[in-house]
Amino acid sequence: MAQQVAVEKAPTPKKKGGGIGKYKKWGYIFMIPFTVVFLVFQAWPLIQTFYYSVFEYFRSGLDYIGPNFVGLDNFASIFDFSKVNIFGLTYNTLVMWAIGFIPQIIISLLFAYWFTNVRLRLKCLGLFKTIIYMPNLIMASAFAMLIFSIFSDIGPVNDIIKIFNNGEPFRFLDYTYSTMGLVGLMNFMMWFGNTTILLMAAMMGINESVIEAAEIDGANSGQIFWKITLPLIRPILVYVLITSLIGGLQMYDVPQILTNGTGGPNFTTRTLIMYLSSNISGNPNYGLAGAISVVIFIICAALSLIVYYGFAADKTSREANKAAKAALKAEKRRGV
Amino acid sequence: MAKKDKNLPEVKSALQQPNGDPSMKPDHGLLIHRIVCYVVLTFFSILCLFFFYILIINSTREHNEITAGFSLIPGVSFVNNFVSAVTDATIPVVRGIINSLIIAGSSAILSIYFSAMTAYAIHVYDFKGKKFMFNFILIIMTIPTQLSALGLFTMCTDWHIRDTFIPLIVPSVAAPTVFFFMIQYMKSSLPLDIIEAARIDGSGEFRTFNTIVLPILKPALAVQAIFSFVASWNNYFVPGLILDSTENKTLPIMIAQLRGADFLKFDLGKVYMFIFIAIVPVMIVYFCLSKFIIAGVAVGGVKE
Amino acid sequence: MKKRILAALLASATLISIAGCESTATTSSTGGTESTADSTAESTADSTAESSTEESTGGDETPDPAKHIDKMTLAEGEGTHLNIYVWNDEWKDYFETYLKDKLPDGVTYDFTITPSDDGAYQTKLDTDLPKNTQNTSDPIDLFLFEADYCTKYVDADVTLDVKDLGITDEDMANMYKYTTDVVTSSDGKVKGLSWQATPGLFAYRTRIAEDVLGTSDPDEVQEALSDWTKFNDVAAKAQEKGYKMLSGYDDAYRVFSNNVSAPWVNENNEIIIDDQLMAWVDQTKDYTDKGYNNKTTLWADAWTADQGPGANVFGFFYSTWGINFTLAGNSLETKTDKGGKLEVGNGEYGEWKVCYGPQSYFWGGTWLAAANGTDNKQLVGQIMKDFCCNADFLKDFSKVTSDYVNNDSIMKEIAADPEYGSAFLGGQNHIALFVDVAPDISMDKCTKYDQICNEKFQSAFKEYFAGSVDKDTALNNFYTLVIEAYPELKKPA
Repeated sequence: MAQQVAVEKAPTPKKKGGGIGKYKKWGYIFMIPFTVVFLVFQAWPLIQTFYYSVFEYFRSGLDYIGPNFVGLDNFASIFDFSKVNIFGLTYNTLVMWAIGFIPQIIISLLFAYWFTNVRLRLKCLGLFKTIIYMPNLIMASAFAMLIFSIFSDIGPVNDIIKIFNNGEPFRFLDYTYSTMGLVGLMNFMMWFGNTTILLMAAMMGINESVIEAAEIDGANSGQIFWKITLPLIRPILVYVLITSLIGGLQMYDVPQILTNGTGGPNFTTRTLIMYLSSNISGNPNYGLAGAISVVIFIICAALSLIVYYGFAADKTSREANKAAKAALKAEKRRGV
Repeated sequence: MAKKDKNLPEVKSALQQPNGDPSMKPDHGLLIHRIVCYVVLTFFSILCLFFFYILIINSTREHNEITAGFSLIPGVSFVNNFVSAVTDATIPVVRGIINSLIIAGSSAILSIYFSAMTAYAIHVYDFKGKKFMFNFILIIMTIPTQLSALGLFTMCTDWHIRDTFIPLIVPSVAAPTVFFFMIQYMKSSLPLDIIEAARIDGSGEFRTFNTIVLPILKPALAVQAIFSFVASWNNYFVPGLILDSTENKTLPIMIAQLRGADFLKFDLGKVYMFIFIAIVPVMIVYFCLSKFIIAGVAVGGVKE
Repeated sequence: MKKRILAALLASATLISIAGCESTATTSSTGGTESTADSTAESTADSTAESSTEESTGGDETPDPAKHIDKMTLAEGEGTHLNIYVWNDEWKDYFETYLKDKLPDGVTYDFTITPSDDGAYQTKLDTDLPKNTQNTSDPIDLFLFEADYCTKYVDADVTLDVKDLGITDEDMANMYKYTTDVVTSSDGKVKGLSWQATPGLFAYRTRIAEDVLGTSDPDEVQEALSDWTKFNDVAAKAQEKGYKMLSGYDDAYRVFSNNVSAPWVNENNEIIIDDQLMAWVDQTKDYTDKGYNNKTTLWADAWTADQGPGANVFGFFYSTWGINFTLAGNSLETKTDKGGKLEVGNGEYGEWKVCYGPQSYFWGGTWLAAANGTDNKQLVGQIMKDFCCNADFLKDFSKVTSDYVNNDSIMKEIAADPEYGSAFLGGQNHIALFVDVAPDISMDKCTKYDQICNEKFQSAFKEYFAGSVDKDTALNNFYTLVIEAYPELKKPA
């Protein structure tokens, strides 16, 4: 997912070596494959998707109904509280995301801090990192199927529960909290290793002298963590938050397979993309699918704006970092 | 990865173990702190491995043993389960692996090659609209591909390329995230002088890119090839919409089918074996390449 | 050098992708690789019969359905490849056991299996059938459909009149009338054939019946279960002895849902919830709260496990097809794919019996239909005729599989045969139970919405039984789910 790749501010438009006029055309030529494929396989389908959002267009049995132009009816339908609505779906998606994300960020911060802590000098870091990152590469659908098998009424977890519960299994998928909990657990496991490594890299980027200086000034490890480390890695934290949130909004495989597409109980684990998917292929309702795509697009666009805002913060913090370093250096000199 | 690290400065630092000040004397507080760290780390490592351990155990046991209760000791039915899984006619898992390999392999190659090319265009040449393109790609990176799924689905139906691999492979030519990684890498490791020198030697632009630039980018290409491959290998959403004939289905779709009611009458040993086939080979490859992959994640995250 | 490698890689990638696309473009609807088989394989009927078989305890000769089917012929101009759509491997197994070797030489076939969950199989048919007449390269030839949505394909021109396939009124003379009525279009054409009639039954474990009722005799057990009040009493008794009357929430569903007084959807496109359905809801809730069932779901792994040896469930509502389809296989200690045989002594095989249960009903039913656009009209006609009309075949087929076949006179003959008994049912002649009720089955309440309505009704109320939601919420969720599938339907005013 998008988490692996850093975002970057635009390069300076300064003239570079290749700026000689006769090579210019090669810039365009090399852009062609990307541009063409993007236009054909992403932009055009996106426009079509948006186009469908204002039509009544669904299949009933062997016949297609529509497309009939209906204005904003599809949007009215997904904002209608008496039906399955966008708020409920967004709420489900975000709650399950948060159940995974909150422990993920806490544990990742803690681990990253431990891994980079010069005083702890922990051994076997490579091994730990390897193990905790591993679930990130696992096929989400297979992982969900595995968790389903393990937590099913006749699975190994219930074999143990039955011993303490008079032979009665605990039916995880009958309750919202346990279903969401399982989804959260899987998201946590799949992403906390990744986040740990990102945060670790960020923490290692902090100039050691800053921390040493603070230690000399008598700051304890807690103070160093809260007052120095955390503020300095704020940009990467924002980055992790935003990419995770955008990833979270796309949550599909895990709840889809865990609940066999029902999003049960009582639709409480049905996510935005699960609803979208069921309107594309299951019982096609292109109008609704289009409308829901437009709304998710708007949410993501809003988040993208925050990414830009995050960049601005990034820049400021880098300057702050520099300023802090300078100040500390000065202080250190004074102390000596 | 043990080779030359000079192209990946951040990797080097990420791989280095943090060194403490040797003059520092260990005290009791530190010792306790360390013990706590090891206990917590071990706990989470076990959590990560536990479910896969159950998977491996249960894939070696037969249906009756699995339903009779949970065990930590492997059974002896691994080969039986394996044979019954790969010979199953409803879920042709071997076919699924081949399909997944074709799609993921082609996607990985297309995405690294063309993303490198696109990044090269923006990094090296100066042309009108270059800044716009850069920002534009940045924006599309945050748009989930799921949002164009409906349009893609209807388009493929109209063009009669539904239930083919085209809509799953070709779009990887335009992979914004790979593009970003490449352009970053070029900034740190691709001196423009080399290109100038090639031009003076009379090398054409396309040839320069293929013979001089790509080899320099090799470490980055390899890391991104792995990530692109894994992403495509694990992808369920779009293939799930596009592919519908049994012989074209990819591994994730087949795994998802196991959850459907008609397949729940399956032998559980076989079900665990299907999951085993989907997960364990990737795990093994990962453990072989883990240093390399983890360094790649770290580089992706750090920017300067 | 490196350039060459890269170029080679790219070239191969392109080739692979093109190859992948081509192979899929030409055969856009084909089954698993395993399923393609060459009919020229020389194996004889005897060697194929072994896979499915359950031997009857009576009769002087071993029944062998395949020997009654003649080698088929290929008419001039017909295709050499059969494309068959199904939703599970039940009929595929039958096809490969009895028909595969009778196909004309050189004819190959593919099964496309699309699971029926959430209407996926219907969606597949709805997508592919209307295009079938334009699909000259590899059209769908034969497809199967179920009672729950059969009406959809009967009145549409996606199916062919069986008379166009060479099937005569005489061929259909012994069929139960409801099996042809339900697939007769408004202009009087019969669009499909079924090999089975599907009277409902209650299959019970003899050991539990002995323990709870003191008898396992089908007549006495039937007497003890003859109405719902009595059934509930037995459930309570079974509970005291540590048994569960039923396995899952949906076990009794069909008993109620196929006794409704009105179809699911009325002429105003309103969804109608019959009192029988709510009776099922109340009964199942009661059973769940009292612990009379194991809280499983139909077809789920836990439900299947409840049919296995040593499980504590009294019995299962089922139809005759269920015996061969799941019950017999599940009763085994050593499953067939592990080398186990369908024989007494393996698990609880032979330790089951059947009775009518508290209310007469039917469940399911599968029809074969020829897809409009097939290039194998004549061959499909032969297959349908052999499998659904061939009396000798059906007789042995019934004996082998315990299925209740769609031929009144044969069923009467077997019912009257004192030698016949199903080995799985401990020698009981279960056919005799149903010869009187099978002709009374009526499917006049069928609508094309039934599958989704039934499926969603069960899944919505499952949450009510489990205690996740209250009854009104479950009902509302049901409407939501159905309207999502069929936006043209509405809640009753």
